[in-house]
Amino acid sequence: MDSRRQLAGWGMTNPSVATVHPAGDDAHLVALVTEAGRRGVLARGLGRSYGDAAQNGGGVVVDMTARNQILSVDTGTALVSVEAGASLDELMRLLLPLGLFVPVTPGTRQVTVGGAIAADIHGKNHHVDGSFGQHVVAMDLLCADGSIRELTPESELFWATVGGMGLTGLVLRATLKMKKVESAHCVVDTERCVDLDDLMQRMAEGDHRYTYSVAWIDCLAGGSSLGRSVLTRGWSATRDQLPAKLRDRALDFRPKQLAVAPSVFPSGLLNRASVAAFNEAWYRKAPQERRGEVQSIAAFFHPLDGVAKWNRIYGPRGFLQYQFVVPFGAEDTLRRCIQMLSDTGLASFLAVLKRFGEPSGGHLSFPTPGWTLALDLPIGAAALGGLLDRLDEEVITAGGREYLAKDSRLPASAIGRMYPRLDEWRDVRRAADPDGVFTSDLARRLRL
Amino acid sequence: MKDAIGNVQRVLVLGGTSDIALATLTKLTGERHGVAVTLAARPSERRVAAAESLRARGMQVSEVDFEATDRTSYEHAIASAFDAPGDVDVVMVAFGLLGDQERAWQDVDAALELVQVNYTAAVACGVLVANRMRAQGHGAIIAMSSVAGERPRKSNFAYGSTKAGMDAFYSGLGDSITRDGVQVLVVRPGFVRSKMTAGLPAAPLSQTPEQVAELIVAGLVAGRHTVWAPSTLRWVMSVLRHLPRSVFKRLPV
Repeated sequence: MDSRRQLAGWGMTNPSVATVHPAGDDAHLVALVTEAGRRGVLARGLGRSYGDAAQNGGGVVVDMTARNQILSVDTGTALVSVEAGASLDELMRLLLPLGLFVPVTPGTRQVTVGGAIAADIHGKNHHVDGSFGQHVVAMDLLCADGSIRELTPESELFWATVGGMGLTGLVLRATLKMKKVESAHCVVDTERCVDLDDLMQRMAEGDHRYTYSVAWIDCLAGGSSLGRSVLTRGWSATRDQLPAKLRDRALDFRPKQLAVAPSVFPSGLLNRASVAAFNEAWYRKAPQERRGEVQSIAAFFHPLDGVAKWNRIYGPRGFLQYQFVVPFGAEDTLRRCIQMLSDTGLASFLAVLKRFGEPSGGHLSFPTPGWTLALDLPIGAAALGGLLDRLDEEVITAGGREYLAKDSRLPASAIGRMYPRLDEWRDVRRAADPDGVFTSDLARRLRL
Repeated sequence: MKDAIGNVQRVLVLGGTSDIALATLTKLTGERHGVAVTLAARPSERRVAAAESLRARGMQVSEVDFEATDRTSYEHAIASAFDAPGDVDVVMVAFGLLGDQERAWQDVDAALELVQVNYTAAVACGVLVANRMRAQGHGAIIAMSSVAGERPRKSNFAYGSTKAGMDAFYSGLGDSITRDGVQVLVVRPGFVRSKMTAGLPAAPLSQTPEQVAELIVAGLVAGRHTVWAPSTLRWVMSVLRHLPRSVFKRLPV
């Protein structure tokens, strides 16, 4: 069987060809790592990183999704041991009926635990619960020398691995502290915000009262409507908060996939006109204000999971996601960035704003206290590269950074200016993997 | 690594003083500084000047000697670029000789030189570069062919025959190597006003190196395998190719 395959990220932009091995048992993985060639080894999960983080051109890529067992569950302590290839979708389907919810979920359930650790992912609850790595109690890491080390948050290598983009070793297993819930639903408040000031004020004043908070922004609206948005915030619903008909099956979780996007979308379908029309409709359909609506976890957290392969709607040229964080106090930078986007007229189908709380200990972990904006942008417009390079400068000047799991275009020179602990991380990585066995296209591009 | 926008990090130019190559580098790197460029060419003042002009645009330029009739020389040039840290995103095969058409079909030395530079060395470099790019699992090769190879005409069939050969090789290479993540872009310009054609009367549909560079970069980003410059030449050549020989040989081309 020819196992050389072309791999791309979720944005489908800059693929490369690697030798892909489905993960077998530990001994198989040890052999793959110790026999790695010059181009090294990398673990890959479900390929939801937007750029080249889960690619290793010319080298070995281990598809970890076969290692998806749940090894132990303790509903009393909420501690769960899982293999790294298990997806958050699998954890939710199997553990929500037991009253255990993942501590952190991004906008999709289709990520693996290993990937969640490698990117130190965040969700709508970062301002209260932090990032994924903060809920990892222990993990087994297969290192470059073939040893399997059990790491706990006391070790430096643990925090170099959390947010370390898979470059310290293969995460084999992890023990997670889950969140106890009474239902698979959320209670949600929705508000429409007329402009950016209105939005930021509501978030700054009210976010602390909610577990989950996120705002969708219409980045094409300019002038006095700059930053008009829909803010949704909520809590996990208790059983009593559910309508009577849901109470008997409060913990039922059976999300359905509604459709699969076909691969026939042309490039340029998502253009200024179509996105502006969508944004207008989205904004108008949102209620001015609605309190206490009960939504399923799938509807509240993962609306896009209803359509499999939705990345195809961007057409063959693909798209990228640009996500940055700037510290609190840099609201002017945030405003300028949104203004620049609005002025250029580059259509972002999805623009999401939220507030981050305290960081985890990961050297390269993305979240730091501040405002984070994420934008999906189609490839194609000639102005895109230059605009994003200028946004990088704004972000760096404000003391902010960009998210490596989303990145597909940063220049190598920017990383050290965004991640002050980069050299510290490099030292830990070099000690664990002196020959650079674990590597990726992202690592090569950014010279990590 | 090439990124999502098409920014490149390391480029090797074989025939590093070609006007089209220099224009392509300028277009390809755009506003981004720090792109590593290896100029492989004969040591000359022209190479020094080319390197200086690229450095002035923010590129990190290294120069390496390259002699198309010397296998050791081109093997070394290619190895030095690929052995440097960081993958090579783009290799441009831009060396070539126009030669003296009348000598090239009457003087065996002139004919051999044309064949060795334009065909033999181009094929050898293609093999060496392709092996390196397959090993890294990504990359793009830009092969400078010519419309002259499309249907050789009596005013420069010797040159045309070498370009026909190298064009066939790189076109086939592209089909063979695409599964390894490598793109081969065969470029077929018509008459380009450059140092190669200095002193010759400009043909119809002539182009500047900058115009050709624009088309090359667009083709690279779009993942194409062939670029005509100007693009209308594709249709012009399609007609010319199908003309009966008795008509074609009477054409003033």
